[in-house]
Amino acid sequence: MVQNIKQPILRVNSIRKQVNTGEIQLTILQNINLVVNAGEAVAIVGASGSGKSTLLGLLAGLDIPTEGKVYLDGVDIFSLDEDDRAVLRGKVLGFVFQSFQLLPALTAIENVMLPLELLGIRNAEATSKQLLMRVGLEKRLKHYPKQLSGGEQQRVAIARAFATDPKLLLADEPTGNLDSVTGTQIIELMFELNREHGTTLVLVTHDEAISKRCSRQIRLASGQIVQAPEQAFLERAQGAAN
Amino acid sequence: MLSRDWRAGELHVLTLALVIAVGGMTTVGFFSDRVQLALSQESNQLLGADLLIISDHPLSAHYVDEATRVGLKISSVTKFHSMISNGDDNMLADIKAVTAGYPLRGKLHLAINMAQILSPEKTQVADSIPERGVVWVDEKLMIRLGLKQGDMVDIGATQLTVAALIMREPDYSVGFMAVHPRVLINAADLPATGLIQQGSRIKYHLMLAGEVDAIEKYREWVLPQLLHGQQLEGIRDARPEIKSALERAEKFLSLAALASVVLAAAAIALAVRRFTQRHLDGCAVMRSMGARQSTLLSLYLYYFIAMGIMASILGCLFGFGAQEFLTYWLSGLVEAGLPWPSWLPAIHGMLVGMVLLLGFALPPLLNLRSVPALRVLRRDIGLPNAQSLSAYALGTIVLSLLFLWKANDVRLGFYIISGFIAAVMIFGLFGFFLVKLLSGMRHQTGGAWRYGLASIQRRSISSLVQTIALGLGIMALLVLSLIRDDLVREWQGSLPPDVPNQFLVNIQADQLLLLEDFFNQYNIEQPPVFPMVRGRLIQINDKVISAETFSNPHAEQLVRREFNMSWANDLPHDNKIVAGEWWENEDTDKAVISIEEGVAKTLGIRLGDQLHYDVAGSTLTATVTSMRKVDWDTFQVNFFVVTPPRLLENYPVSYITSFHMQPSQNHIMHELVRTFPNFLVIDVAIVIEQVQAMIAQVSKAIEFVFLFTLLAGFAVLYAAIVSTQDERIYEAAIFRTLGAKKKQLTRAWAAEFAILGGLAGIFAAAGASILGFVIGHYALNLDYTFNPWIWLTGFLTGVIGVTIAGLIGTRSTLSTPPLLTLRKVS
Repeated sequence: MVQNIKQPILRVNSIRKQVNTGEIQLTILQNINLVVNAGEAVAIVGASGSGKSTLLGLLAGLDIPTEGKVYLDGVDIFSLDEDDRAVLRGKVLGFVFQSFQLLPALTAIENVMLPLELLGIRNAEATSKQLLMRVGLEKRLKHYPKQLSGGEQQRVAIARAFATDPKLLLADEPTGNLDSVTGTQIIELMFELNREHGTTLVLVTHDEAISKRCSRQIRLASGQIVQAPEQAFLERAQGAAN
Repeated sequence: MLSRDWRAGELHVLTLALVIAVGGMTTVGFFSDRVQLALSQESNQLLGADLLIISDHPLSAHYVDEATRVGLKISSVTKFHSMISNGDDNMLADIKAVTAGYPLRGKLHLAINMAQILSPEKTQVADSIPERGVVWVDEKLMIRLGLKQGDMVDIGATQLTVAALIMREPDYSVGFMAVHPRVLINAADLPATGLIQQGSRIKYHLMLAGEVDAIEKYREWVLPQLLHGQQLEGIRDARPEIKSALERAEKFLSLAALASVVLAAAAIALAVRRFTQRHLDGCAVMRSMGARQSTLLSLYLYYFIAMGIMASILGCLFGFGAQEFLTYWLSGLVEAGLPWPSWLPAIHGMLVGMVLLLGFALPPLLNLRSVPALRVLRRDIGLPNAQSLSAYALGTIVLSLLFLWKANDVRLGFYIISGFIAAVMIFGLFGFFLVKLLSGMRHQTGGAWRYGLASIQRRSISSLVQTIALGLGIMALLVLSLIRDDLVREWQGSLPPDVPNQFLVNIQADQLLLLEDFFNQYNIEQPPVFPMVRGRLIQINDKVISAETFSNPHAEQLVRREFNMSWANDLPHDNKIVAGEWWENEDTDKAVISIEEGVAKTLGIRLGDQLHYDVAGSTLTATVTSMRKVDWDTFQVNFFVVTPPRLLENYPVSYITSFHMQPSQNHIMHELVRTFPNFLVIDVAIVIEQVQAMIAQVSKAIEFVFLFTLLAGFAVLYAAIVSTQDERIYEAAIFRTLGAKKKQLTRAWAAEFAILGGLAGIFAAAGASILGFVIGHYALNLDYTFNPWIWLTGFLTGVIGVTIAGLIGTRSTLSTPPLLTLRKVS
């Protein structure tokens, strides 16, 4: 797949997120500026509570920032209403969550078909079947989430994420609920599919090993982007050389 | 813990369901209470009092003392026959000597001269009784004796001045066959007449009126005091047509209250279901930290009792407020003004609220304590038994007991309980298979329908419970509306505007043609004329009887006076044979008799008994071959005893007829009395007007009470929708994350609600058709008309009602930001 590497798929301008918890105002994120270009694989890392998942939610327009803008595929998503945002998500984004978030009422194949049907795509069933075969679940098409293991559920979620052939895949701790062997398999699968589909990836994780597989790491601490020690060293060194 | 959960919003639904339930019920309770009181007071006008003691002998003073003691108003009436003369003309009249206060209920209408009689709007309401030395006479006496205002008439040894014409007396209907001209005098003039002597046939009436409680107290006190020859009459004892109308209205109102109980139960069951589901995690954590089952149980029990008391009090206040509004709204209708309600409905409401809550909350709560602690690790582990429908068995038993208690009518209560229990079981069974069947079909459908069906299948038990609850709700509403329609239609049908309001008695055979001419002359349609022979019952089989044979005062009265017997070839159209058979044409000379079932019961007469009557000095003997049910509500001419035509041919016969007369046709009646002086005219226009007015009020009240049941129905709907709210919020978040537009999500839900509502509607229609028939036919004695539209109504109510309410109820779900929900879940 050929893509213009220079075109940013995601641009974040001065995002701040505050939450009211009754008496105190809690600042979860502040001064977040970020650009992700098409074809990149970016890891957002940081300790628990540093604001990683909140940031991911804001990137997808699942939540609304207190301040700042997010441009997704060139569109200012917070200038859209909730409905248009949903449609944009359906077209551009794929999701993989820590807790899978499959609809319990639907079978594996129906879960994969869902985003396709929402877009009104005709051969949803055939596409979904192919994807489930690709993730190794050809024998589990008619099973309900309850009847699947954690690893299998996450495979269904990955198939669902790639069903609409999204430009950007957002993954939130995809291995967080899995044992290490299964987690490794899932990560392998996700990166494989990411390559095959030429998708841009933004991955939230606290696992350094996984983040190393991405081309770039963004580190969050107390709601702000901080530089990784080695990056800071490089920048300082460059500054000194100038 | 209660306040913490309240802040967390956990209890809102449950409380709301309970408040609406208790509120609806107490509204109906308070209101029926007041309306029933008002109706009895209204109808008491026909008695002239709330209670009447009638005696053959002067009443002892302690009757009056006790009445004064409990705060009742009293008035005494002394009734007897006597000749009234004006010069050489004289006539036998019914004389009433009254004391101040008469009539205690209703109004006495007077006219000053003949011209006013002919135009009723010119009459006036008497504000006191006749003064001493004055007499008020009725039209008949005025015509017969040629009286005018200021004339003197002789009554016994005294002379009184004619001062006014009696147009209408409220207590006219007491002693229906008292057909002589009526005269009203002041009781103070009574001694001067010299007519009160040993052996005179005199009836002493004591009229009583006052607060309902005082009347009831007095009634209880006086009943054991009554001597032989004394009887007590309330309106219910006096007029069968009013009695049956009142009883039906009361039954319907309690039916409406019961329907709201069922609806409340359904709403509570749904709300508690949600409550327990939301508390699974908390219980699992407490269990894993070592809480004992009994600790958990007492925690929740305490919690529910506290909440139940609060919600019930709120509900009672709500109910009281609502019925105040209702009273205000109806105030134009009820002339007398509604009396203050008793506190009983509030106590009932509290009790019912608590019992209902515990009946339907306890079983799921008992389940809650057995949450496996393992749930802390594996969230998909639920309750061992919580989903089972059998958890509602206790609730059902409690509800059944409530019904038997509240129905005031064991049969009605029994029908409703078994109806609802059968409905739950049948709905459950069919629902289970239908849900399975529909779920199988979802792969053949697409888009919204697939998601709708998928949701129903996924929540199959939940869907089933919802469908049953909604089905019961709609069923209750349909049954009520069916019966209400039948009830109102039947009442209005039984008293059409042209219902006979004048009876002519004592028509002689040779006057029949003359009467026909008279009617022709005024272009009045010929009313049917019935033969009448009078006879006294003297022997049943081998047993000679007299008034003393019976202890029941009603039976005594029946035996003491003459029966009106008639003959007929065919069964009158408003009569129904309930035992035995009506005679064939060839049997018309057989010595057989058909008797009205009520009289037969009072006198202990059975099919096949030989009855001996004294008819004008000779004995008539005949065998009872059939019993008839007579609809006394219709004001048609009816007879207790009917024989085949030939049997009575040779006895002295007179004829009776009834017809409708407008008030504007008073001059015709006037002319009729003049032309046929021997006729006895009985004017029941006032009775009919009263009954018609009462029916109008009751119909209106029923409509209103029905509105409240409707409200309770909405509570069920709301509870049903809210019970799946959590799952919907989650679903919505995923749908929205994956790019669903509101419209797409709305469509999927609409499909689900439409399917649930449609199923519930069909169940409800089926249930209502059967239950409506059973209740109407067996408990309210209505001619139940099957209504095929009910299927369409039920189905559409279900589909449209549930879909619209469902979408409104889930609207807020759509606006929750998806991230919030997803994070909460993970």
